[in-house]
Amino acid sequence: MLHYIGKRLLQLIPVLLGMTFIVFLIIRAIPGDPAQVILGQQATKEAKAALRASLGLDNPWYIQYVNYLGDLLTGDLGESMRTKATVSSELWPYLAATFELALFAMILAVIIGVNAGIVSAWFQNSWFDYFAMILALIGVSMPIFWLGLMGQWVFGIQMDLLPTSGREDARNPVDPITYMYVVDTIIHGRFDQLWDVLKHLILPAIALATIPMAIIARMTRSSMLEVMRSDYVRTARAKGQNMFWVVYKHALKNAIIPVLTVIGLQMGLLLGGAILTETIFSWPGIGRYIYDAIGYRDYPVIQSGILVIAFVFVMINLIVDILYSFIDPRIKYD
Amino acid sequence: MSDRKELLRVRGLQTTFFTDDGEIPAVDNINFSVREGEILGIVGESGCGKSVSALSIMGLVPSPPGKITGGQIEFDGKDLTKLSQKEMRKVRGKDIAMIFQEPMTSLNPLFTIGNQLMEAILIHHKDWSKKQARNRAIEMMKLVGLPRSEELIKEYPHQLSGGMRQRVMIAMALVCDPKVLIADEPTTALDVTIQAQILQLMKDLNERLNTAVIMITHDLGVVAETCERVVVMYGGQVVEEGPVKLLFNDPQHPYTKGLIQSVPDMRFKKQRLYSIPGNVPKPGSVNTGCRFAARCEFAFEQCRVENPNLYQTSPEHKTRCFLHERKEVSAVDRAVVES
Repeated sequence: MLHYIGKRLLQLIPVLLGMTFIVFLIIRAIPGDPAQVILGQQATKEAKAALRASLGLDNPWYIQYVNYLGDLLTGDLGESMRTKATVSSELWPYLAATFELALFAMILAVIIGVNAGIVSAWFQNSWFDYFAMILALIGVSMPIFWLGLMGQWVFGIQMDLLPTSGREDARNPVDPITYMYVVDTIIHGRFDQLWDVLKHLILPAIALATIPMAIIARMTRSSMLEVMRSDYVRTARAKGQNMFWVVYKHALKNAIIPVLTVIGLQMGLLLGGAILTETIFSWPGIGRYIYDAIGYRDYPVIQSGILVIAFVFVMINLIVDILYSFIDPRIKYD
Repeated sequence: MSDRKELLRVRGLQTTFFTDDGEIPAVDNINFSVREGEILGIVGESGCGKSVSALSIMGLVPSPPGKITGGQIEFDGKDLTKLSQKEMRKVRGKDIAMIFQEPMTSLNPLFTIGNQLMEAILIHHKDWSKKQARNRAIEMMKLVGLPRSEELIKEYPHQLSGGMRQRVMIAMALVCDPKVLIADEPTTALDVTIQAQILQLMKDLNERLNTAVIMITHDLGVVAETCERVVVMYGGQVVEEGPVKLLFNDPQHPYTKGLIQSVPDMRFKKQRLYSIPGNVPKPGSVNTGCRFAARCEFAFEQCRVENPNLYQTSPEHKTRCFLHERKEVSAVDRAVVES
């Protein structure tokens, strides 16, 4: 197993290298000049040239790329052109915010999606099956921003139940340690704040969970339908086992592997692709961090931000692959 | 032999599949019974309703589309077709157990042998401890001749050969001392040498534990080797029933004769092997007359119009063929049959 993990981590190197190269070229292909953005409209040519020189932007692109790679090798993600802070110090709070949101959304999507899929397959062609699958179809095709806005309007404004933006109550700010506020409030033992933080999570998490939930439900259903017809399910019933355990023990464990693949991919997408949700709910996450950086042509932040997301994406899929071997004894990696 | 108590009695059982192409009576009004401790064979070609009969007894007919539409299955003073799901679960595995054709796919690949064996025990013995169940599992594994049971209990099905898996299935089926074991083509998927071992094992266990066995097979060799009585099925109906010796020495129904003739015999190697002309009709496609009439060399007018009843040809022997309808069988006809 360790051997396999080592091999997979080695494979990571060319993947990430290729990634950095493509991102590096693309962001330089975007029209716009960081020096212009930083110095403003009235900046003189000399001032801009001087700033470009100090940022290293006057070198040819391949020299810049090699310098960037050299920095990465020493673990240096570069520093923001705009704030002058190192990207590694700036990045974490944003990443933690996104991670917290994505994790909550995923937990929601998995619990509801997997169970809806199971029950739909168990009672195939029942009214529940039709209802759940229509709902899932609506879910996949739902525009997130619309769902988010409706959630804010109904639960935030009309019913005044839930906050509509941000991560915390500004009058009662969380003292950050890990920047995952649920964890931080628990560490501090501030359960009033925990409740507040959770309330802030509900609407964006539901908005973010909708699409993965629908995909997971459909995937679980089709995978379960196949497994429910198998001989070992019949054997389990022939033993006199009740349907609940036949379904949740014998069938589910066999059906979950393709679902797990989808969960891993969706989790990766949530981490990188939560920009819409983060914008609607003013969630200070990594998506918005990179989005803002694009506006400022803040090359190091864009490059390193995307690199980190790609790294997390690949790691999640590695974890999923490792999980397979815990579920299915026939899958051996060594 | 015949004085033994009848354990399971199937009366007029009818199982129908409701498909888009219409209603298909896979099992059409069958009667048979299993006596205490006997091995009853059910023989027939694929699609004749053997497996559906077995699944009907277990209450495991895939539904939808299948449904028991008539008849009774009497067992232990109860009609199994009338039991609720919950009551039926108490019968399954405990009183009537079943093993299947495909040992390769009949065990759950993601749970250890021990887990699956112990599950079968703990479902019906809720008060047993894990340790008791484990001991019982190991005891059963030894009984069915599985080597190194202590280690095997921690292994997964894919680590075992087909023969070993079928032994595990048998152990699992017998772990709660059922009164009836239904074996649906238990040796079809196995190598010939392993087949013989499994059949021998089932025979031994039948003698030792006095478990009645319903042996479903298309292989007359298996029947000859293991069974005491045989039910021959064709087109969802019972066409002949009798003690195995009588059936082999004096088969009454043309279909049974055909089946026996199609068994390869190494003494007559040069002869072309006999096969019954035609194919098994699609279930539900023959609605009038004898189901076998189209393939029968003795068929006459009446066979194509009326479906014959089961006629008693000797105290233990019944057949569904007009040739044996006593009052109408003339000496001439009989000569034809016996030639």
